[in-house]
Amino acid sequence: MQITDTLARPSAARIPWVTIGVWGGLAILVLVAYLRAPQATTAVLTSTIRQSTPIILGALAGIMCERSGVINIGIEGMMLISAFLGFLFNVWTGDLLLATMGALLVGAAVGAFHAVMSITLKVDQIIAGTVINILAVGLTGYFYQQGLTTRGKLAPVSIPVLADIPIIGPVFFSNPPITYASLILIVVIHVILFRTAWGLRTRAVGEHPAAADTVGIAVNRVRYINVIIGGMLAGLAGGFLTLESVGSFERNMTNGRGFVSLAVMIFGKWTPFGAWGGSLLFGFANALQSQIQFLKNQLPPWLAWIGDLPPQFIGMLPYVLTIAVLAGFVGRARPPAAIGKVYEKE
Amino acid sequence: MTAEPEIVLEARNITKRFPGVVANENVSLKLHRGEVLALLGENGAGKTTLMNILYGLYHQDSGEVLIRGEPVRISSPSESIKRGIGMVHQHFMLVPVFTVAENIILGAETGNGPFLDLKVARQRIRELSRQYHLDVDPDAYVKDLSVGQQQRVEIIKALYRNADILILDEPTAVLTPQETEELFAIIRSLTARGASVIFISHKLKEALAIADRIMVLRRGRVVGETTPREATERSLAEMMVGRSVMLEVEKGEAHPGAPVLTLENVTVLDDRGQQVVNGVSLEVHAGEILGIAGVQGNGQTELVEAITGLRPVHSGRVRINGRDVTNASPRRISETGCAHVPEDRQEDGLVLTYTVADNLVLNTYYTPPFAHGIVRDDRAILDHANRLIERYDVRTPGALTLVSALSGGNKQKVIIARELSREVRLLIAAQPTRGIDVGSIEFIHQQIIAERDRGAAVLLVSAELDEIMALSDRIAVMYHGRIVATLPAASATREELGLLMAGAQPVNAASELATDGHEPVNVQRRGV
Repeated sequence: MQITDTLARPSAARIPWVTIGVWGGLAILVLVAYLRAPQATTAVLTSTIRQSTPIILGALAGIMCERSGVINIGIEGMMLISAFLGFLFNVWTGDLLLATMGALLVGAAVGAFHAVMSITLKVDQIIAGTVINILAVGLTGYFYQQGLTTRGKLAPVSIPVLADIPIIGPVFFSNPPITYASLILIVVIHVILFRTAWGLRTRAVGEHPAAADTVGIAVNRVRYINVIIGGMLAGLAGGFLTLESVGSFERNMTNGRGFVSLAVMIFGKWTPFGAWGGSLLFGFANALQSQIQFLKNQLPPWLAWIGDLPPQFIGMLPYVLTIAVLAGFVGRARPPAAIGKVYEKE
Repeated sequence: MTAEPEIVLEARNITKRFPGVVANENVSLKLHRGEVLALLGENGAGKTTLMNILYGLYHQDSGEVLIRGEPVRISSPSESIKRGIGMVHQHFMLVPVFTVAENIILGAETGNGPFLDLKVARQRIRELSRQYHLDVDPDAYVKDLSVGQQQRVEIIKALYRNADILILDEPTAVLTPQETEELFAIIRSLTARGASVIFISHKLKEALAIADRIMVLRRGRVVGETTPREATERSLAEMMVGRSVMLEVEKGEAHPGAPVLTLENVTVLDDRGQQVVNGVSLEVHAGEILGIAGVQGNGQTELVEAITGLRPVHSGRVRINGRDVTNASPRRISETGCAHVPEDRQEDGLVLTYTVADNLVLNTYYTPPFAHGIVRDDRAILDHANRLIERYDVRTPGALTLVSALSGGNKQKVIIARELSREVRLLIAAQPTRGIDVGSIEFIHQQIIAERDRGAAVLLVSAELDEIMALSDRIAVMYHGRIVATLPAASATREELGLLMAGAQPVNAASELATDGHEPVNVQRRGV
């Protein structure tokens, strides 16, 4: 029997015109905007990256879990608990690095909790995630005390030379550490998932656990590790909020970012770079929304009407955009085949 | 006796119990180097359990396993792989969205440190393909391969791990007769190079064709060992079932009447929107059985779903008794007297979480005597169930047992009982005996023929060519969504059907209708 040439091949050989077109168009748009209003454009773009940081970290957390077959809707809660405890570590120790490590460890612990519930105890994974979300709001709300004073937050680090490039410099090379880390993690997780043996096993376990089992892969062990790694990533997202972005804790400060992360993960079809695109979109809408409220009076005459809109409407922008993108442009996203199913040997 | 070749695998007195059943009782087995041992038995005879023990997926309660004379305790698949055992499961253990190479190296990855290196793997795969004539493209996605090709991937997967003991679990269940021949050639080239093969099957012909020795299991025990030279199909069947069985279905002459089911140029799309039924026209007459032969996945499933109202008809007409039922609701179609035995009995045939009694009224629960207005009559439903259980010999603890607790054969009997308990004008039976025991097969075949003799039209879809040939009065062969030929069953041969199923043009038909070479040829050679 001969193998026909019509068999689907990896699309690497084809030139991705659509992707090139979209990015090229965006680049031109940014350039035009920069020439007309350099400061505002740089501000919006810088803010886009910052706003998208917790979203992409949350989405990467989701990708690690779900690629291995475990649904994680508890990312919101994982973020919130880590944000809270990360902040407390900072208050107690005054050491931001230690506090960041603390947030990571707390994330890992909550991840392990999710793994125990959904893998070992075989709790429905949606319910396990919901438990984490509810627990997070309750616990952080109960233990939070007013008046804890912040001991500072992670400061931006400019990378010499690169930071001086117009637009690109301030946007990419003048960020605080967790933001840099998130950008590096996108690449790292992409490589892990698609270029390493561990990634192959992770995806196999999420697609067809019985197949993985019959070649000697310990399905539940792979899942445990991935869920815990996912928890750490969510923990880092929480740490970003209290240790890098705001500098202090507020009640329910994640404000739905964990759920936006999940939306973005689906938007990106469970790939790190796809999810990054979605995060940037959300971050951009957020940045634009806050810039518009800042620059209300400086808008060009033909856009002046935007300044007259009630601020609540402009504040809705990121969420409306998320809904529109998810509803309209995602197409059919195919989740890992074995997602949400407990693996049992017959 | 000449010196026996080395014993590579031996099981001694294996016993394995599951709650309520003894799956294996004192089973012993020896496998010599370079031989094919066929393990015959019905579904539920304990073949798969035994193999899963040898492969390390289960652990025996007592007894021991020896590999090359050395007692071993195989506690996991990775251990059996290390000891040279490879298994090709009945349901392939391949990740559809991975490439062939990715599937093969999974769990035995090569690379630099943690990074995958598919280059080395690809080369090994090519070498193995060449050596054993196992043609596959390492970069093709598994989901794009035919079932036969997927099976080759599974075999390469085992060879890649240096397996020299291969366990093939029902490997021919999904193959055409020609693909089966190719598989046999592969098995022979494997044993010629010193590999040993355990061939699990319930098909007598195949065991006789490929095996050096045949071992028969029944209800978890070894009931006999023989060789193809000493055994016949009949003797093997008797060993398997434990009593004499009729291998041939007895049926009288068909007396076809008026057409009951008429399809005109029916096209149907699959779930992904691909057209998988391409203009099928056919007629099934009262009092005849039309069998649709074809390799799985050539549009049969979608065609049946379209006729029974479970899937939209994209274009064309479906008529039952002259009434247009194209895209009518399943209930309307059912009420025309159409009985449907669906292909997937767990998914579409039964509600597994309901009792036997409730499953027996799934198509009639809303009518008297089972319902009065919106109130159901439990008494009537239970009486009805007890009657059918008796008449169709359904082995169940009771009418109120959950249907999920029954064996495959008895589940199928529940469906047959429900579907035939009404006045049937048209019976559509898809894979009616897949995976069930010989006793139940016999019974179900008798029921289908009885319906025909009562004057019902029967459309039979089956992947088992033997079943099609035994039951049908006419045979239509479906390939790539088309009926490529319709033959009278009396004169059709396995070879001819096998070729048509693989897409070959009908030889005699091509000369008759030479004007139109590549159109599907409908050889309507119905007897007078």
